[in-house]
Amino acid sequence: MSFDFDSLIAAINSAYPGAVKERIEYRGETTLIIDKDRISSVCGHLKGTFGFTFLADLTAVDYLEIRTPRYEVVYHVHRFGPEIDENIRLRLKAEVHGDNPKIDSVTHIWSGADWLEREVYDMFGIVFTGHPDLRRILMPEDYEPFPLRKDFDVRDREASKRSFERALREGGD
Amino acid sequence: MERVEFISQEANFNADTGIRTETMMLNMGPQHPATHGVLRVVLYLDGETVVKAVPYIGYLHRGIEKLCEHITYQQCLPYTDRMDYLASICNNIGYILTVEKLLGIQDAIPERAKTAEVILFELGRIESHLVGIGTNALDLGAMSAFLYCFKERERIYDILETVCGARLTTSYPRVGGLPLDLPDDFEEKVRNFLKVFPATLAEVDSLLTRNRIWIDRTKGVATISAEDAIDLGLTGPALRGSGVPYDVRKAMPYLGYENYDFEVPVANEGDAYSRFLCRMEEMRQSLKIIEQGINNLPDGPYAADLPDVVLPEKELTYTRMESLIRHFVLVYEGFKPPAGEVQHAVENPKGELSYYLVSDGTGKPYRMRVRGPSFVNMQALPNMVKGRLLADVIAAIGSLDIVLGEIDR
Amino acid sequence: MGVNSNSLLGGDGFITTTIEAFANWGRKNSLWPMPFGTACCAIEMMGVFASRFDLSRFGAEVARFSPRQADLMIVSGTITYKMASVCRMIYDQMPEPKWVIAMGSCTCGGGPFDSYAVVQGIDEFLPVDVYIGGCPPRPEAIIDAVMKIQKKIDLEGAPIL
Ligand code: SF4
Repeated sequence: MSFDFDSLIAAINSAYPGAVKERIEYRGETTLIIDKDRISSVCGHLKGTFGFTFLADLTAVDYLEIRTPRYEVVYHVHRFGPEIDENIRLRLKAEVHGDNPKIDSVTHIWSGADWLEREVYDMFGIVFTGHPDLRRILMPEDYEPFPLRKDFDVRDREASKRSFERALREGGD
Repeated sequence: MERVEFISQEANFNADTGIRTETMMLNMGPQHPATHGVLRVVLYLDGETVVKAVPYIGYLHRGIEKLCEHITYQQCLPYTDRMDYLASICNNIGYILTVEKLLGIQDAIPERAKTAEVILFELGRIESHLVGIGTNALDLGAMSAFLYCFKERERIYDILETVCGARLTTSYPRVGGLPLDLPDDFEEKVRNFLKVFPATLAEVDSLLTRNRIWIDRTKGVATISAEDAIDLGLTGPALRGSGVPYDVRKAMPYLGYENYDFEVPVANEGDAYSRFLCRMEEMRQSLKIIEQGINNLPDGPYAADLPDVVLPEKELTYTRMESLIRHFVLVYEGFKPPAGEVQHAVENPKGELSYYLVSDGTGKPYRMRVRGPSFVNMQALPNMVKGRLLADVIAAIGSLDIVLGEIDR
Repeated sequence: MGVNSNSLLGGDGFITTTIEAFANWGRKNSLWPMPFGTACCAIEMMGVFASRFDLSRFGAEVARFSPRQADLMIVSGTITYKMASVCRMIYDQMPEPKWVIAMGSCTCGGGPFDSYAVVQGIDEFLPVDVYIGGCPPRPEAIIDAVMKIQKKIDLEGAPIL
């Protein structure tokens, strides 16, 4: 299973100059750092031209006080080979700034990104522009904090209690 | 908890008949026997036809990803059981493999441990498919298949119990291999299982596969095309049932799966019945893998010789000072993988389970992300049931074989 | 007191007892559980209802998923704050007299999940009769809990009206 990532990067960069900022190899995995504003075009290109039809995962990491663009949105895209063992997986990362975090949605490229992006929004508060239905998914809708942010204490149950009490009062769920 | 409400803004008045009809909202769950836990689906119905289905999740969100940021890598293991609790052992092994990849020690894992993990992984697959099929049948009214399936699960529980002491929440292998050698009667128990299980499988097969009612309830129900399945990111039987032969065991082999002779069953219809057929055949293939594993189970060490990662033997901990100190450091601080990040996928019974670990060089994961197959598979539900009958929703949820622990984490 | 001696029935075919004792005797041997299963513990609970452990030996196999037909709520599995209001609502819908079993460490005290989303013990919002520790408890422990409930009904009873 060998795949020519160099020509892939060259192709992306010629279509969208400067879109691939960096390439990292670690433990046999390839990571490309993508310019945040181009993420949706690059993803579309990867799917349309290179056949990365499958979005394996979409998540984010909070690097509070470690790196300056505070968040990284991480995409794992996958290409099925013609043979069952010729599969390629690629990690894309886009850096997103801490205040008013925002990035383009990729739901129009892979519809499976829908819930994954909602989860990132729910947990980190990163807004995906162009998402058709960006609501909280795991936490109750009236919950305020974003739990997976590094400045949120894992034992902080106050907000949960508030929303529980409201639900009790109103009989809703 | 089912509640029915009428929403009048979509009311239609039929002038010919003089009948006014309304779209009805039916709330199903989060406490409902057929939602396999705490899923909540809000259905908009026109008569008995589903106009729209909106799943609501998060009723079991326990914050596992956040909790894991505060404990050592080894301590995260028990949390992984509690995600897909129908096949805890598969989650455990998937996590262990990810940490081993992060540490870069995959090649140091002894063959005995790897083979044992393959056997347990496939037992986990059977365990999960039994519940998947059993509860799907139970929801559609076939109680006896459920009882047969649970009977067989007890046998797998017995094997797991001899291996690790727990029936359900196994927390079994450790980073670097097995915590203890396999018990003496492991081989005998597994061989015994191999002997008796095909009979149960045949029973379930004869109860369902050609059962008229079962076929009527599942064939052509909850269909999804291959393109949609890929687009939505479905994996596991939900994807293979639509004719896409994607299986992580073949696509990105781990634990030496490339050396085992097995096939990836695929069905083409994309309906609930196809997914059922895939699961049945996968259990047969798992038996084949287990048999190959148990025949080739090598002797030798069961854990890697890596003092920085693997705990010293109990005996030595109690008798030697250096071992005691090592034990203490490993338990309190944990091993420290170099800074970096990896993703590792395994083929869980329900689809691709992958862990994404970010290390900052300390003993605790900086970020642990779990991509649960059920979470992504669940997205297919609105597509599957749109325009179908209300009763098909039950068949669809059952055939997706979701587990809420993994959806909500 | 119990009504169990055959010799009492004797030749006359009747016995004397109190209404309370008679009703409780019936209640205790025909508990209708409402399995409020949310997570891993629910799988063990299903195991108890299935063939090997077979809760019907204790007269408690008629699992009712409608709270209005149940008198024993077995809360098994993690209860999050999002779920808690539902749990309370189900409890309120059950007719009196009713009993609650908290099955598993999660329901007893949060279990392994000391986190922002999980209720640290369902007794924060529900009265619990029997707690079962364990993660998950073994089926034998669940059977034991059902027997404890039976004993409790026997000893304390419940008002008839
Ligand atoms: S007590 Fe343990 S087994 Fe039971 S629901 Fe909680 S985590 Fe799962």
